[in-house]
Amino acid sequence: MQEDEKYQKLKDIIQVYLPEDVSVSDIHPTSNFVTELNINSANLVDIVLDVEDAFNIRLENEDMDQMQTVEDALKIIDSKLS
Amino acid sequence: MKRRVVITGLGVCAPNGVGLSDFTEALHQGKSGIRFQSKLQALDFGCQIAGEPLIRDNILSDYFTPLQLRGLNASGIIYGVIAGKDAWSDAGLLSNSTDVPYWDYGVIFGSGTLGVDKFREAVYQVDNKDVRRLGSTAVIQTMASGVSAYLGGMLGCGNQVTTNSSACTTGTESVLMAYERIASGRAEIMLSGSCSDSGPYVWGGFDAMRILPRDFNDNPSKASRPMSATATGFVPGSGAGALVLESLESAKKRGAKIYGEVLGGEINSGGQVGEGSMTAPNSEAVQRCIKKAVENAGIESHQIDAINGHLTATTKDALEITNWSEALGLSGNHFPYINSFKGTIGHCLSAAGSIECVGSVLQLEEGVVFGNVNCEDIHPDILKTINLAKIPQKMIPFEPKVIAKASFGFGDVNACVIFRAFND
Repeated sequence: MQEDEKYQKLKDIIQVYLPEDVSVSDIHPTSNFVTELNINSANLVDIVLDVEDAFNIRLENEDMDQMQTVEDALKIIDSKLS
Repeated sequence: MKRRVVITGLGVCAPNGVGLSDFTEALHQGKSGIRFQSKLQALDFGCQIAGEPLIRDNILSDYFTPLQLRGLNASGIIYGVIAGKDAWSDAGLLSNSTDVPYWDYGVIFGSGTLGVDKFREAVYQVDNKDVRRLGSTAVIQTMASGVSAYLGGMLGCGNQVTTNSSACTTGTESVLMAYERIASGRAEIMLSGSCSDSGPYVWGGFDAMRILPRDFNDNPSKASRPMSATATGFVPGSGAGALVLESLESAKKRGAKIYGEVLGGEINSGGQVGEGSMTAPNSEAVQRCIKKAVENAGIESHQIDAINGHLTATTKDALEITNWSEALGLSGNHFPYINSFKGTIGHCLSAAGSIECVGSVLQLEEGVVFGNVNCEDIHPDILKTINLAKIPQKMIPFEPKVIAKASFGFGDVNACVIFRAFND
């Protein structure tokens, strides 16, 4: 899977959890899920589940702790896919 | 000195009508919302009929965000949010779009069991050692206070936000709890109401108790027969009702439409002593509840024009009529008009009180007493106590000024509220 393809797939997942005042175009690789994208921290577990389903991988609790930004998530996905 | 409390908004999600205008029309026509349920048939229920609101999928996006709808599997929350938000906008109120909570506005929205289907999903996942995949909403959809939590957040309320639960008394109790909060000056506006989930996991326990009708599976609209000699049990139902209660002061300041006034009421329990038990009412407590409600409302019993009973269509209906008669000291032709909406909506359990309070208040608004259905054969014991003419078989153009509404529930609990047409 190409990097941009993964990024797009991840953005599609994140989009669902954005509050009304944040749009898809606000998502950048460096965006912090909670402090910049204003995603409710409770929803991070749902993003993890969606990522697992979309990429057919399994994320552990430690992975979730390290997943602060969009880039972090991409890195974790990469490491699981490799 | 107690402050006056008025009703400024109504919302409803009932088996025979979702939304105020459809429900009002259904009560006028005596239209039944009780239908055959193939899923109950598939599960070998004795009673395969129920009253369940018909929610069109395309209205859900008017009430929930796409994110809130993801994995939402709690019918009580869906009904409660529809009824609650409708009542709020019917009262001319807006959702809070500021950063400051509405400190003077609160929510008391009851439930029985909530999110049963979501809970079932979760049980399967947990037993399958898949607890990590439950997602973030298993808790908020199954906690008893889920419905008030959803509503409190959607509206931005900063006063008391809670859920009460007292079986089939829940809805009427919520109205009285909201009334007390406003009357005592601790809130200006309270959204009161209650909801009840649909489905086999809620209704199964009642089927097991053999208290539901089993001979009407191919004739659902005739099954719920309050006050009838041929009543054979209550038809299970579900849904939600909601009423916006407001201090008269606040309502006037806002120029709000006023449906009627809550004069007060009473809540009590029979203590499960004497003839009372977990599942049977103690008549002494029922009568005391009604008497105290009349007293607390500051009226005389003969001023009551109409009663909306609990009247579930079991063998206890005649006893309820006797209790009303004894408590009010009125019988025969002096007894008020009495009706039960359960003939068309079934017994909506924890939602019953609030749906029926909405219907009762609509009688003030419409200037009518809605008719009963399926009691063309009134139980002879009832006719020993009250006159046949007091049990309207269809809607009558009589404008009630004062209406008493009572609900009774498992646990031997009772609630009675008195509504009056608004008169400044």
